[in-house]
Amino acid sequence: MSTTNTELCSKESSMMAPTESPIVHLASRGISPVILLVGMYVFFHGHYSPGGGFQGGVLLAAAILLLRLSLGTSLSQPVMPSWITLRLSALGALIFAGIGLLSILLGGNFLDYHYLPMPWLEPAYLRYYGILLVEVGVTITVMTTLVAIYDDLLGC
Amino acid sequence: MSLLQDALAIILVLGGTFFMLVGSIGINRLPDFFTRAHASGKVDTLGILMFLSGLAVFEGFTLTSAKLLLIIAFVAFTSPVAAHALARRALIYGMKPWYGKRKDEG
Repeated sequence: MSTTNTELCSKESSMMAPTESPIVHLASRGISPVILLVGMYVFFHGHYSPGGGFQGGVLLAAAILLLRLSLGTSLSQPVMPSWITLRLSALGALIFAGIGLLSILLGGNFLDYHYLPMPWLEPAYLRYYGILLVEVGVTITVMTTLVAIYDDLLGC
Repeated sequence: MSLLQDALAIILVLGGTFFMLVGSIGINRLPDFFTRAHASGKVDTLGILMFLSGLAVFEGFTLTSAKLLLIIAFVAFTSPVAAHALARRALIYGMKPWYGKRKDEG
């Protein structure tokens, strides 16, 4: 089973390549950067408008999954390789839990932003950047986990 | 000016709902997959475009209407491509189009 799956991933995958329409190729390649941009917008506006880490991460994952679906798995590897997804997911969870545990180590509660080691910032800005860093972790984890689920369904 | 703006917005939104209604009736009533894809791909696109442009006219020159215009461009680009991809894949995998048989012939 693993051999057939690796053939499916390594070759120009047989169910995608020869019959795929150029309209779909062009449209997905043109739309995917727009979706990435909207995802970054939603992510960076999570503090004071609807949005945030999870929604931004889902949009970024949607852009990558659009390329995976339309171009096939092998052609969309340069955007996000399959081997990096679970590692980046672990990195995002590490950022989230690391900030929380760092504020425990410095004397506060879990995710207590006022105890973060950035004394040159005022408390309001400390809270702002603390939430932003946590949202970075959430975004990376959500995006890469969704892509990893798709890759795992194909067996890559 | 405001009266004209409201009237244009109401006309556009009503036209959009009309086309959405026609598209929904088409999805329910048309005989096979390709005609249904035709209904959902074209008529719903026009309905959504008219609806959103009516909302943008109602909003005036603000940031919200600029975002609505971006959504209009996005929908106008993606919805026909999605209908094309569905219909093409169905035709390649061997779904037979409907050639106009009457109901009593089978």
